[in-house]
Amino acid sequence: MALPESRNSFSVQQMIQQKKQKKNKLIQTEKIVPFILLLTAIVSVLTTVGIVVTLLAETFTFFNHVSIKEFFTAQKWYPFSETQGSFGILPLISGTLKVAFIAAIVAVPIGIASAVFLSEYATDRTRRIIKPILEVLAGIPTIVYGFFALTFVTPILRDLIPSLEIFNALSPGIVIGIMITPMIASLSEDAMTSVPKSMREGAYALGATKLEVAIKIVIPAAVSGIIASIVLAVSRAIGETMIVAVAGGSTPNLSWDVTGSIQTMTAYIVQVSQGDAGYGTTIYYSIYAVGFTLFIFTLMMNLLAQFISKRFREEY
Amino acid sequence: MNTTMVKLNNQQNQTAANAESQRKEAVYHTKDLNLWYGTNHALKNINLEINEKEVTAIIGPSGCGKSTYIKTLNRMIELVPDVKTSGEIKYRGRNILQKGYGVEELRTKVGMVFQKPNPFPKSIFENVAYGPKIHGIKDKKILNQIVEKSLKGAAIWDEVKDRLNENAFGLSGGQQQRLCIARCLAIEPDVILMDEPTSALDPISTLKVEELVQELKKEYSIIIVTHNMQQAARISDKTAFFLNGEVIEYSETDQIFSNPADQRTEDYITGRFG
Amino acid sequence: MKLINESTILRRMKPRLIKNLVFKCLFMAATIFALLVLGILLYRVITQGIGYLDWQFMQGLPSRNPEQAGVKTALIGTVWLMAVVAPVTLFFGVGTAIYLEEYAKKGKFTTFIQVNISNLAGVPSIVFGLLGLTVFVRALSLGTSVIAAGLTMSLLVLPIIIVSSQEAIRAVPKELREASYGMGATKWQTILRVVMPAAIPGILTGGILALSRAIGETAPLVVLGLPLFLAFLPQSVFDMFTVLPMQIYNWTGRPQEEFHAVAAAGIIVLLTLLIIMNSVAVYIRNKFQKRY
Repeated sequence: MALPESRNSFSVQQMIQQKKQKKNKLIQTEKIVPFILLLTAIVSVLTTVGIVVTLLAETFTFFNHVSIKEFFTAQKWYPFSETQGSFGILPLISGTLKVAFIAAIVAVPIGIASAVFLSEYATDRTRRIIKPILEVLAGIPTIVYGFFALTFVTPILRDLIPSLEIFNALSPGIVIGIMITPMIASLSEDAMTSVPKSMREGAYALGATKLEVAIKIVIPAAVSGIIASIVLAVSRAIGETMIVAVAGGSTPNLSWDVTGSIQTMTAYIVQVSQGDAGYGTTIYYSIYAVGFTLFIFTLMMNLLAQFISKRFREEY
Repeated sequence: MNTTMVKLNNQQNQTAANAESQRKEAVYHTKDLNLWYGTNHALKNINLEINEKEVTAIIGPSGCGKSTYIKTLNRMIELVPDVKTSGEIKYRGRNILQKGYGVEELRTKVGMVFQKPNPFPKSIFENVAYGPKIHGIKDKKILNQIVEKSLKGAAIWDEVKDRLNENAFGLSGGQQQRLCIARCLAIEPDVILMDEPTSALDPISTLKVEELVQELKKEYSIIIVTHNMQQAARISDKTAFFLNGEVIEYSETDQIFSNPADQRTEDYITGRFG
Repeated sequence: MKLINESTILRRMKPRLIKNLVFKCLFMAATIFALLVLGILLYRVITQGIGYLDWQFMQGLPSRNPEQAGVKTALIGTVWLMAVVAPVTLFFGVGTAIYLEEYAKKGKFTTFIQVNISNLAGVPSIVFGLLGLTVFVRALSLGTSVIAAGLTMSLLVLPIIIVSSQEAIRAVPKELREASYGMGATKWQTILRVVMPAAIPGILTGGILALSRAIGETAPLVVLGLPLFLAFLPQSVFDMFTVLPMQIYNWTGRPQEEFHAVAAAGIIVLLTLLIIMNSVAVYIRNKFQKRY
């Protein structure tokens, strides 16, 4: 068939035909691959299922030892006593919320102000320098922040407030605030930059100042994104562990005081994990009950953030 | 293309050609084709017969379904979610819309050149060798020959022969489009579909591609969608005019441009709309 | 008669401009505050820890004596952890991303997986510790080994690499895929030969970020029960081990000032490692910046 004088003594189509046998193998791959990929995708679902099942199962065991009523209403979290142990989660929740609240007071104004600066005032060059630095700040391991809280922020605060104890809610609260600031700043900035230019131009053309544009046009238009960023950041603060474990102390108490030692839900789990509470004891199961409560808290806030940004998404 | 297959076809053709010189064999036979995007009826009762070794142009205003139609011919349309079709398109006698017809096999026979040049972010050589390679041809010597022949076929060999290993993004838009044509030639297709291949090119590059099409029709059947009526008039043998998803008129190009049978065709080619 | 009194407007102009300027300064100050904190933090850590940072510190085993304490076991443990987390997350993360972007049909199931991933990203790391403790340490009896910790950390950072891989895959232009399909390539051939090569810089960048998250985390490992004090090196993935953040946590918790300085030295090592990894990520991002 091949003509000797021809320059191209072969036919690509024919060769493709000959390679067809190989094709069968190929077709099998085509069928197997999506299945394998689906299995990898299932892993993330299994993780969620694993978390929920684990927490639920061990929490149920915990409620065999301790009544649900006690868990939710008792005013004291005092698990390490053999005889008069008390498992009321309220003190741990109050410790968690105190810290999260302080963090929000620090992070919300600074975060939003930075977002406004970056999206409305800063030049492109400034933005290109500052945003990576914020990313670095967000990427610092939390144990480093914990170290910073204990060895730097607490001593300074104690100079200012002499009654402050070594372990307190204030110092870790402030440092968590610093930690979540980049999150609020960058998510809010995203929301603000997605406000269309035409809306700003309309106001500028009437002689508005940048501040007026930011406050009357940009922030109202981006408000759902800003609120969602705050909710997410507070959720991070609630789940934060190492900073409070290092600088918060281990004295659960139900009060408004921020100068004394506290314990958060996360710090309690750390305390038990480091101790020698044996497998199968009430204390062992209690970390799952506390973990489950924590999980519900953060899940609610994440769903709330998703709901806000979806429900109130502005259609430009 | 010295293949037995083609030779057989040629023999058949010779007798046919002797009998009636303008009658050629049909590559595509479209019968009662309907296509929906969701609920949008994009193609309505298309009936077309497309001949081999000819240039068939498809013209019509934006949104008339001409791109949809050409993409149905190699079933690229299936990449759009929610597409439904009815009717049949016979390619060389087999209905390609039938279940079980392998799209990969079809696309190996029917090459496509797209609106915007879309070379891969690879070297010029790798771009052309991509097709043969995925079909299992790995012999370096043969690949070299294929690449050279394809680049020559696309009239770009002289411009790139010294830089085959450079990234294809370094080429100009017109060169990129001819490279895409070369990539298409590398698997020696039977049909080449061209979806507005010059819409993103400057006039000089457009001219080169048009000349190339004239050259290619000696060996390949070419179906070209174009926005540009002059282009259709210049390069095609037959022209189909699409409007709102229907074929209004389909005949010899000379006929359609000098003496259109339908008033709407005349309105379009004289520039009254579109 | 004019309805607008120009002189009033001009009179009010000045206070408005001043207000704008004042707030601009406030906003800028807030932004600079973040930079300032980073500066102070680094300055503190470096001045405190630099005195202990020498070859002996890198080589030393943990010790009761701050002068002799070192990070060798922790540093090598961190490398072991990376060796488990990197392949596991890459396989499952990229696999999930390809599935979601290329194969999954839009529908309830896909939306469910997607929502699930974004919720998983918001679960506190310590909860992953509880999962790992129950499943890997106890149920599978892996103990506080490299593999148990590595798998726990992989699950923790999986959402990060999934999301960044999805973005990278989505950024590959549709035209390239069409070109490949147009040549008769199959779906998997197109993914492997066209989509993946174009998406790989983005995937690697996300992978490195996920890995740096994994080596900086402490809380889940505390829950798993990793030892705070370990004087020998792991020989296989089934051995006990400890990592840098655990070691730093241990030193930070000591009452003696000297150990705080040792902790600072450990932090310098950890941050240096993270900076190197992030620089590589930035380098990859810039070098292979999309050219289409």
